[in-house]
Amino acid sequence: MADLLLELFSEEIPARMQAQAAKDLERLVVGALSDRGLLFEGAKAFAGPRRLTLAIAGLPAKQPDVSEELKGPKVDAPQAALDGFLRKTGLTKDQLKVEKTPKGDVYLAVIKRAGRATAEVLAEILPECFAKLPWPKSMRFPNSPVRWVRPLHGIVCTFDGEVVPFQFAGVTSGNATWGHRFLSNGPIEVRRYDDYVEKLHKAHVILDAEQRKAIIFEEVKSAAFVRGLEMIPDEGLLDEVAGLAEWPVVLIGAIQDEFMDVPPEILQTSMRTHQKYFSLRDPRTGKMANRFALVADMIADDGGKEIVAGNERVLRARLSDAKFFWDQDRKTKLADRIDALKSIVYYEEYSYWLKVDAIATKAAILADEVGVNREQAKRASFLSKADLTSGVVGEFPELQGVMGRYYALNDDEGEIVADAIRDHYKPLGPSDNLPATDVGAVVALADKLSTLYWLFHEGERPTGSKDPYALRRAALGMVRIILEKQYRLGLNWLFELGWYSSLSGSNKDKRAKTARELTDFIADRLKVALREKGTRHDLIDAVFSLGNEDDLVRLVARVEALQSFLKTDEGANLLAGYKRGANILKAEEKKDGPFKGEPDAGLLVLPEEKALGEALSSASMSIADDVAAEKFVEAMGVMAKLRAPVDAFFDKVTVNDKDAKLRENRLRLLARLRATLHQVADFSKIEG
Amino acid sequence: MAKAKTFQDLILTLQNYWARQGCLILQPYDVEMGAGTFHPATTLRALGPRPWRAAYVQPSRRPKDGRYGENPNRLQHYYQFQVIMKPAPSDIQELYLGSLREIGLDPALHDIRFVEDDWESPTLGAWGLGWEVWCDGMEVSQFTYFQQVGGIDCDPVSGEITYGLERLAMYVQNVEFVYDLAYNEHFRYGEVFHQNEIEQSAFNFEMADTEILFQHFKDAEKQCRELIDGNRKLALPAYDQCIKASHCFNLLDARGVISVTERAAYIGRVRALAKACCEAWLETPMGAYTPRFPEKGVG
Repeated sequence: MADLLLELFSEEIPARMQAQAAKDLERLVVGALSDRGLLFEGAKAFAGPRRLTLAIAGLPAKQPDVSEELKGPKVDAPQAALDGFLRKTGLTKDQLKVEKTPKGDVYLAVIKRAGRATAEVLAEILPECFAKLPWPKSMRFPNSPVRWVRPLHGIVCTFDGEVVPFQFAGVTSGNATWGHRFLSNGPIEVRRYDDYVEKLHKAHVILDAEQRKAIIFEEVKSAAFVRGLEMIPDEGLLDEVAGLAEWPVVLIGAIQDEFMDVPPEILQTSMRTHQKYFSLRDPRTGKMANRFALVADMIADDGGKEIVAGNERVLRARLSDAKFFWDQDRKTKLADRIDALKSIVYYEEYSYWLKVDAIATKAAILADEVGVNREQAKRASFLSKADLTSGVVGEFPELQGVMGRYYALNDDEGEIVADAIRDHYKPLGPSDNLPATDVGAVVALADKLSTLYWLFHEGERPTGSKDPYALRRAALGMVRIILEKQYRLGLNWLFELGWYSSLSGSNKDKRAKTARELTDFIADRLKVALREKGTRHDLIDAVFSLGNEDDLVRLVARVEALQSFLKTDEGANLLAGYKRGANILKAEEKKDGPFKGEPDAGLLVLPEEKALGEALSSASMSIADDVAAEKFVEAMGVMAKLRAPVDAFFDKVTVNDKDAKLRENRLRLLARLRATLHQVADFSKIEG
Repeated sequence: MAKAKTFQDLILTLQNYWARQGCLILQPYDVEMGAGTFHPATTLRALGPRPWRAAYVQPSRRPKDGRYGENPNRLQHYYQFQVIMKPAPSDIQELYLGSLREIGLDPALHDIRFVEDDWESPTLGAWGLGWEVWCDGMEVSQFTYFQQVGGIDCDPVSGEITYGLERLAMYVQNVEFVYDLAYNEHFRYGEVFHQNEIEQSAFNFEMADTEILFQHFKDAEKQCRELIDGNRKLALPAYDQCIKASHCFNLLDARGVISVTERAAYIGRVRALAKACCEAWLETPMGAYTPRFPEKGVG
């Protein structure tokens, strides 16, 4: 057994691409090895700023030998056929075996193929694997016939300590690599994974990104701790900086006091997006500290003094810009910014000004409907997008809403309106919080509704992974707000509201189509939202397909009651009974159906059918009452009582009786059963 | 490795360094442009098979970046130092780091990084992959491997390095306000350019006659078309007109008279001109894929 060491050494690989590239490299090489019968004990891939590495342990020295049997002509076939077979197999006649078959004796050639040396196979498959590596963006560069993410400079490939020679991208593989760009000198010769890792470490390269992340995390944490501070966790930033340093060194810099009055979100965003610094905070107050942590890729001769000074200076310039915008922005009231929204395009010819108008109209009506302060909802709606014209949001688009809140407070719009402005983009995903207040929830709902309605009406649909207008997020947000806030709003009513005051030139058909497609779209999002809670998607379909239920709160209550009911013995058996009955009905209806009307009590002769008839009469009424009163658990209780008579019916009664009248009456009884259960859900959509 | 003490030292040091790497030291192009990339020594020479190495300072005009001389580091007129090497030598990153050492940024004391930043110029129909180079968290250069110019594949691939000279000088001189830079031992940058920033900002944002500019744009476009659509193709004068149109567009944009939707259309019009000029250039003896006479060159 022997090990493979592979390294592709290039100019700086974008941090965001490294982890996936390591995975892809492993997948491609492992796949190619298995395809050629080369099994191994373990594989691990690594990525960093300048290298992709793959180590595979426990490969055999050669492929296993294979022997292949090839059937030839019959023993009594003409000589020409035999000669042809011998030529094809490269054997002589005495090397052939004879096999008995029902058709007579035939020649059989056993061809043994010796496995090729693994090194030879590697030299062949590796360049092919590299060429297949799917970089999100790759480039041409001089002297290379193939593309790579950035110019490739070296390939290490050793098998059992020996170089496996091949060429890729104009580079010949060997056993030399390079250490840290500034903290090492000259090429390093390596033989195996073990000495490779060790020599790289000596040359100031930490191979494993996880290890680099751990170092950064620990160093930031302890550097903060000794200053009485803690780091504000930021997993995404940690991943990124670990991809920007081969030898991470954490240094602490100071933020000048004059910037500490600027909202912390601005400081943090500026430091994070532009400079990739970690923000620190005071663990007692939670307030942002006037220190930041930066991750350098250098052990500087002066202990990092110049590096810190340089970074502080850059940050000062950045924050002066941000502070300038912040000071400027507050000179204009949010309310005075609304006009400027006319020239910001929201979608094609629709401006943000129109969008705000649509949100405000809807929010006012929604506010009345769910009982929150109409004026506050309207005011927050009008101001909701005004911060888009501010300098800070121009610089940091991700602070939209957050800045709106600050400016609103500055304009004395009040906490409620200010919070609603901040929150109206929420929830931003399945795990984000809902708006903090009801006013915020109403504005958020109005915003999402107008987004969805407008864009669906204009024919925009998300496709596959492409959802440029974040329609899925809007629909999920709508579903979450309605359910978690328990807003009793019918989807069709909402779509009417969506249409209202939004677009001109709409016709009835288009409106109906938009509403239909939106219902399906929202049903899909609802399934996604409820899936995590373990709610069955077929039950959601079963209730949706009744066609008369578009109140999501009620719908979910019904689905949940149904789901718990189906988990009981009664529920499972009743469903089985329903399916049996529905199948019979379906088959018979094809012959001479449908079977309409009440079953005739006089024609119910057997005790079991009489009992079922009576049970259905009383159940039907109470289910209808319970459903109307939204007592779904009670409705299920009533259905549970149907199990016994249904079971007894199928046990004792033959539906397709020879007497046509009895048969028709029994089929009517089954139709009655179906209709009774369909008061709760379309049971035919239920799986299992 | 003494620090380049003044702004002009910085320019002279970079020029000398890149001259030693076999670059032609060219002079600024005499047409207003937004970046050194627009200089025909980059845009046109990046195309075709002939090797090319050049370095030059290019005054760059960004009308929208005017701040009336009040912003510490934003200018509507600033200098770029541009290096283009075709084909990109395999040690071009090392050559670049050598230039930083030369101007006094010692990599043993600083944190120098290549951070992903792909470059794209929609007006030139050009793009490339590369990085912004950080020194202690500050972007000191843009480093790009050209993939396409004028919508045409660059083959061989050029390496392009752009230094923002004022920003770099501010770093080297440890100055926080651009106008405080020492231009030489006797003059500050502000003495040379502050009045220019005030007046040009007023021109860019307030005074530039948009009617005249719209007409200039149309004229430049028309002239450019005539020069490349006719029987006698004149790629270089046509390209001058293309740059002029681009600058008119930038001024109109600063005046705020181009709406969001129109913007894309104007950029598309300039790109169409750039593309046509690039194609015409490839038909000239110097741009041609087949060299028509023996050449010395490098590479």
